[in-house]
Amino acid sequence: MRNQFNLAAVLSVVVLVCCGALLLNRSVSAAGEGKITGTVKLDGTAPHMKGIDMSKDPFCSKAHASDPAHMETVVVGSGGGLENVVLYISDWSGAATVSTTEPVFDQKNCMYTPHVLAMDVNQKFKVQTSDQTAHNIHPNPNPMTGNIPWNQSQPPGAAPVEKSWKAPEMIPVQCNIHPWMHGWFVVVKGPYASTDASGNYTIDDVPPGNYTVTAWQEDLGTQAQKVTVAAGAAGSANFTFKAK
Amino acid sequence: MRTELRKWSLLLSVAAVLALPLASSAQLTKYDLAQKLNAEAHVGKLTGHAKAGAADYRRYCVGCHGVLGDGNGENADWMLPPMYQKPRDFQLGIFKCRSTLSGTLPTDQDLYDAITRGFDRSNMPQWNTLSKQERTDLVAWVKHFSPRWANEQPGTPITIPPEPEVTADRIKAGRDVFARVQCWKCHGVAGQANGPSASTLADDLGRPIAPFNFTDGSRPKCGDTDKDIYRIFMTGLDGTPMPSFADNIKPDEAWDLVFYLRTFMQEKSKEKELAKQIGLKPVDPNAPAPAASGQQ
Repeated sequence: MRNQFNLAAVLSVVVLVCCGALLLNRSVSAAGEGKITGTVKLDGTAPHMKGIDMSKDPFCSKAHASDPAHMETVVVGSGGGLENVVLYISDWSGAATVSTTEPVFDQKNCMYTPHVLAMDVNQKFKVQTSDQTAHNIHPNPNPMTGNIPWNQSQPPGAAPVEKSWKAPEMIPVQCNIHPWMHGWFVVVKGPYASTDASGNYTIDDVPPGNYTVTAWQEDLGTQAQKVTVAAGAAGSANFTFKAK
Repeated sequence: MRTELRKWSLLLSVAAVLALPLASSAQLTKYDLAQKLNAEAHVGKLTGHAKAGAADYRRYCVGCHGVLGDGNGENADWMLPPMYQKPRDFQLGIFKCRSTLSGTLPTDQDLYDAITRGFDRSNMPQWNTLSKQERTDLVAWVKHFSPRWANEQPGTPITIPPEPEVTADRIKAGRDVFARVQCWKCHGVAGQANGPSASTLADDLGRPIAPFNFTDGSRPKCGDTDKDIYRIFMTGLDGTPMPSFADNIKPDEAWDLVFYLRTFMQEKSKEKELAKQIGLKPVDPNAPAPAASGQQ
């Protein structure tokens, strides 16, 4: 009886110490500027992106009268470059917040601009509306991560909403009023970048060191590569996703 | 006594092992079994204790909300359309009826009121047959299911100014608010839940959900007093498409909107009478939305 009690007590102490060690084992990297650049491409035929029927909302359909809107699940640019891929350092152990900029997520012509907004943990970002129709902005994270879902109205002329997220997570965001409006808040730890229309990216503020760079695409998944950033030289990592 | 200690110590180590993956994600740290079971609730002068609520939960709630509080009780599978709404998953800690802003935990009073009131058009009955103490204990037990209460404070309740006198001008002003923030997109221009977006709505778990129909005699899920209606649209119903309007409707305008919404409802009211007298017409969805007062 007595022994069992001791055993259990020792076990719980050991486990708790292990937890503590895991949490504290986060070294802070030395300061210094470097970067990681590259291109993300799609190998294969770009998938067909369905056109969006906005006829239920005259404001939205008028905004796209001459330029019909399409889904943005996989956006392929010139030369097969993939847009809206988020690149981040998945084994980052440096400071949690490196960027002081405030990324903006705009509700414009009943679409999200950008479709994918990347940000650091605890980095403030802004949601604004440029539309003369009512939206609601409704991210749906998993509350078990520590990110809590919220849902705010964005009628025409609404003031921007300023928020941040506590934990790394790929968070889907939607407008319930316009069900085709679907985007992502990609919350990562440390430096990050998103690809432009040609699939190019640059992750800034990376101190010299060895890293794992991960590329995330909402439909095609993730890929990772080892990259070395030497003092005074940029690291490089190109990614190719196979078309489904 | 020693047997008790041993039991707790074993439970603790099991909890610690289970908590390991959580702890390494650095978010939900301080959530252990002892803390869970010591959850308290404070409603008025009453203090509820989780452990004291466990027996009532097992007797009255477990059939729908489940042993784990995840809404997967054995009755849950039988809750079919038109009663789409499944029992609440208490582990997520996300609640419709709150006096607090969207994305924050409700107050203990909010949970107590929800248990007391039940939910119209759902399988959740009123539990006002249980004593106040029992209901307060149940609130504590409901809280013990979600780690959110160990990691967060409940939100601050919104301030609701005293209700002004209903006037025809206020009802008209309420109609302008209804047009400006475009409630009709889901609820319809006459509150009949038939707006252009009504048919495509889904809750946070992807299940179809209908907007509130003001005209068919239904009672709002989070209460049907004027104050309840004020609170519902200002804080929003988390987990559903209904957003918070607290940033976009001023407190005084909010009362105007409450009065306008009353004109849709079946019950006789001063609002309905006044609207009839002045021949108030529904908003025109094709007209440009009126500008916000004080803005632009």
